[in-house]
Amino acid sequence: MTQKETKTENKQEEELRIGAFICECGINIAGAVDCYAVADYISTLPNVTTSVVNKYTCSDAGQAEIKKAIKDLNLNRVLVASCTPKTHEPIFRACVEEAGVNPYLFEFVNIREHCSWIHMWEKEDATEKAKELVRMGVARAALLEPLESSEVPVTDAALVIGAGVTGMQAALDIADMGHKVYLVEQGPSIGGKMAQLDKTFPTNDCSICILGPKMVEVARNKNIEIMSYSEVVEVDGYVGNFKAKIKHKPRYLDINECTGCGLCTEKCPVEVPYTEFNEGIGARKAIYTPFPQAVPLRALVDKSICIDCGACIKACERGAIDMDQKETFSELDIGVIVVTAGFDVYDPEPKNEFGFGLYDNVITTMEFERLINASGPTMGKVVRPSDVKPPKRIGFVQCVGSRDKNSHIYCSSFCCMASLKNAQLLKEKYPDTEVYIMYMDMRTPFRMYEEYYNRARNMGIRFIRGRPAEVTENEDHNIIARIEDTLTNEIVNLELDLMVLSVGAVAPESTETVRQILKVSKAADGFMMEAHPKLKPVDTTLDGIFIGGMTQGPKDIPYSISQGSACAARATRFLAQGKALTEGITTKVDKDICVGCGVCVPMCPFQALSLENDKLKILTALCKGCGTCVAACPTGALEQSHFKNEQLLAQVKNVFAYGEV
Amino acid sequence: MTEREWTPKIVAFCCNWCSYGGADTAGMGRFQQPASTRVIRVMCSGRIDPLHVFNAFLEGADAVLVTGCHIGDCHYVNGNEKTQVKYQFLEEMLQQLGLEPDRLHLNWISASEGERFANFINEVTAKVKELGPSPLKPAGVR
Ligand SMILES: Cc1cc2nc3c(=O)[nH]c(=O)nc-3n(C[C@H](O)[C@H](O)[C@H](O)COP(=O)(O)OP(=O)(O)OC[C@H]3O[C@@H](n4cnc5c(N)ncnc54)[C@H](O)[C@@H]3O)c2cc1C
Ligand code: SF4
Ligand code: SF4
Ligand code: FES
Repeated sequence: MTQKETKTENKQEEELRIGAFICECGINIAGAVDCYAVADYISTLPNVTTSVVNKYTCSDAGQAEIKKAIKDLNLNRVLVASCTPKTHEPIFRACVEEAGVNPYLFEFVNIREHCSWIHMWEKEDATEKAKELVRMGVARAALLEPLESSEVPVTDAALVIGAGVTGMQAALDIADMGHKVYLVEQGPSIGGKMAQLDKTFPTNDCSICILGPKMVEVARNKNIEIMSYSEVVEVDGYVGNFKAKIKHKPRYLDINECTGCGLCTEKCPVEVPYTEFNEGIGARKAIYTPFPQAVPLRALVDKSICIDCGACIKACERGAIDMDQKETFSELDIGVIVVTAGFDVYDPEPKNEFGFGLYDNVITTMEFERLINASGPTMGKVVRPSDVKPPKRIGFVQCVGSRDKNSHIYCSSFCCMASLKNAQLLKEKYPDTEVYIMYMDMRTPFRMYEEYYNRARNMGIRFIRGRPAEVTENEDHNIIARIEDTLTNEIVNLELDLMVLSVGAVAPESTETVRQILKVSKAADGFMMEAHPKLKPVDTTLDGIFIGGMTQGPKDIPYSISQGSACAARATRFLAQGKALTEGITTKVDKDICVGCGVCVPMCPFQALSLENDKLKILTALCKGCGTCVAACPTGALEQSHFKNEQLLAQVKNVFAYGEV
Repeated sequence: MTEREWTPKIVAFCCNWCSYGGADTAGMGRFQQPASTRVIRVMCSGRIDPLHVFNAFLEGADAVLVTGCHIGDCHYVNGNEKTQVKYQFLEEMLQQLGLEPDRLHLNWISASEGERFANFINEVTAKVKELGPSPLKPAGVR
């Protein structure tokens, strides 16, 4: 770790000169808080040299005013009362640093999210509260001390977790910019859900025909190392210096010897009536390759059904099979991490929604994608499960598991278009089929999507605004859907040969594990949360960790790919610079006070603390500045910089005042 | 100044990564709350020292909130588990000081749970309003 030279002239001895800048944020703050009253009040507090109101403190003009005041008034502390430090602290820290003030001598007070926006109609209360919040900040500002952030080297390698279309795009872009990528995929092949789709809206080109070449490109790229059938089990460290432990699950064969020729599969006598890739439809052997275009095209053994007969071992000409293979682990040094772990489709079975799980002829769109796919289990012939006959009347039910307060309130965004696609494909293939779409609203934003919807209407697909209130099955295993058409106010009893549930996207268990390993925040919908919904859509609040595609929430392929590229660009900034700045906030020990009791040592989750000659020793490089040890020390020997006891207690004290303010 | 209804003063310690973000999200969602609470930001709930809570009560807090990430979500692995242990001690301390249990609360709130944060503040404020000012509040403090 090298220390960066920053301007930290010791101004401690100097007279304190605090400049307070109160932001109106247009009317966002000024609408509820009388900012001038706040500024007037603040100007009466000790150590405050100036206190002014800005229309927008973060604007160019606002920042210029701060810098000018620093120069003209010789300010040595700056306080901004505006929005949240979570987005704006770096901006103001940089601003004061440019004017020669150490960035840690900047104090942020939140009077928007924590005040004006939550007391919108209580102007008087909001103003009083704002005064108090700023007063607390002024007291803290007086006690701030300059700190130095350190510059750390960045390992020139990226870890991409999840190799769906988003992760593939991220990996390709990072690799093409000249950096090493480890692409970790839990499944036996890369490709994700897109590999399973039949055609893709809005152009109806064949999904695997456009994805397949990309998969090959990923495999061929010299900078990308694919780790398929692997999972991330541990991640330690910080931006530029992550250490990841990857588990490689046994395929029970040597991936370097196997050529994916399929001789073993032919000879295997065990068959299960289930295939992962075809959404359960069809059958596969105990030793199998995931699908014909799989990358890597290698077999794997399903040990749960293998009878150890040895037929495959005999069949394999390359001696690749190794039934004693164990899981292995690799440890990787990583500079940046991109999470693109995708989604699961909503499962309507537990609640038997719309008869799913009760009636054979109710299926999901994902199953339908495999049914209509030319290389799917039926060679693209659409048949219904009960009697394997071609259905003549097919209905799609929208928003299954989406926009429903009993499951997920969010819109999954791609399912309207996906059903429009599947309905069109049906009409093209079987023009005599009656096709219905039962919906609440059809949502088709973005280029060519509304046109796509119009095309579906022109093809004779029938739209019924309303979703089945009741679903039953008759003796022919036909589905009877009872719907109130909310456009005509009529009750319709629709008899269908096949009903397809347009299931939404949900955050999977597997990504929840990764989320917890990395400590990325979770949004209310269960997907991973970005640092800012508008300004930082693929960043997380953690330096050096990015999220994209379905991991961040439901979206279609073009949007996913854009995010994959965005992640690559954001992540590569660190790799290209080869260095990153880390927070200056750490913990220090006063050896004169420390009695060597060791209470703090087990508090540190990062093993930064140990006892040496009966005194505490801190490995500052390992300290992440949580402050947990400090709160545990019984003697007060520890101090967390920037969150020192005296600083926090000054805030506490200044919550309160005597008499009127 | 017009006579206003008494609002309790509540000090909320929030961790940078979760509950502080939850308070932000409450604001972004415009979830209205009584103007009772003053948030003090720390990096992790593990930093919250009984000393801080003590001081808040001695200075005049009508209630103190200890908040952080959900268990399993702490940005520093398990700082919040240590908070949980400390919290038991705080509860005992409260009892010894003769304060009602409703004046101290522990809550895990994620950065996305704005509504949860607002509901929490609304509920605690209502409860503390019923209790009235803290018996430890020094005379004349507001
Ligand atoms: C029925 C249906 C039809 C659709 N039709 C269209 C369409 O026509 N056009 C369109 O634009 N969009 C369509 N979509 C949406 C499209 O599928 C998604 O936008 C796209 O697949 C998102 O890609 P992704 O890489 O983000 O996620 P995924 O495709 O889910 O890929 C994620 C990958 O990460 C892996 N992974 C997960 N967890 C881990 C872990 N812990 N470790 C390692 N790897 C992990 C998964 O195995 C997977 O390979 C459709 C979706 C559905 C359900
Ligand atoms: S503040 Fe203390 S407990 Fe936290 S990381 Fe640093 S040394 Fe460890
Ligand atoms: S808890 Fe405090 S006194 Fe005990 S070893 Fe740690 S720093 Fe020293
Ligand atoms: S970071 Fe939130 S509790 Fe530790």
